Amino acid sequence: MAEQNAFAREAMQYAPQLYSTALRMTHNAQDAEDLVQETYLRAYRAFASFEEGTNLRAWLFRIMTNTYINMYRKKQRQVKEEDYGEIEDLFLYRRLRWFDTDAVAESAESEMMALFPEDAVRHALDELPEEYRVPVLLADVQGFSYKEIAEMLDIKIGTVMSRLHRGRTRLQLALYDHAKARGIVRESSVNLETT
Amino acid sequence: MADCNETLLEIWRFFDDQLSEAARADIESHLSECTDCLQAFDFYAELKSVVAQSVRDDTIPESLKIKIFECFGDVLAEDDGSELTSES
Repeated sequence: MAEQNAFAREAMQYAPQLYSTALRMTHNAQDAEDLVQETYLRAYRAFASFEEGTNLRAWLFRIMTNTYINMYRKKQRQVKEEDYGEIEDLFLYRRLRWFDTDAVAESAESEMMALFPEDAVRHALDELPEEYRVPVLLADVQGFSYKEIAEMLDIKIGTVMSRLHRGRTRLQLALYDHAKARGIVRESSVNLETT
Repeated sequence: MADCNETLLEIWRFFDDQLSEAARADIESHLSECTDCLQAFDFYAELKSVVAQSVRDDTIPESLKIKIFECFGDVLAEDDGSELTSES
């Protein structure tokens, strides 16, 4: 009992991370709440099988990811994926290295943040297809390793790598479009409106 | 030592901490001498941190906090019942 209370306290500290990831997974506040609640319910029930020394944070994310896949993915209509072809790893960098840095406010914390405000990045992330969005969230936001993500999603490490690659290049494509729309980068002969 | 192509090819595995120590050292020594590659790495290091920061800020709603405590209470109640019967 005391042990379980300690477990609860420790598990509780990860609630904000789980919730923000759940929000990005489900795109819906109510679903995110339900998902996190279900995650804790399952975690507490499985407490007995939790082995000392296991990474509690990774374990909770694994439960949540499994729950998400089982509960929510079924609800979603499988959308036929648009074919973007192969996008190179350094897509954004290679296109932005010639951009006009003067267009970016200098007072901003960093050039990157000025170029891509939080909202723009979040939007680009939200727009990723789920199969890429979830690995990107787990790797780039939560910092899990390929192996941990493979276990969470029950896929091979190679699949984690290829989904991450696609997710990240798609994200770069979206951010590039955003920069173009703001008139930061210009394509020759295309007249873009600055907002 | 790794050349530019080899270095840039490993950029994400480098950030994802998936390289062996030797491979990592190889990339680092290339970066210490190659401004072009270092620039690309800096760019993606920043992009990665911008992506991470775009998501971190959600605070959990009070209603969820209560629900989590409640479901913990429910499980405790279930367990207490079974423990009592099995131990007595």
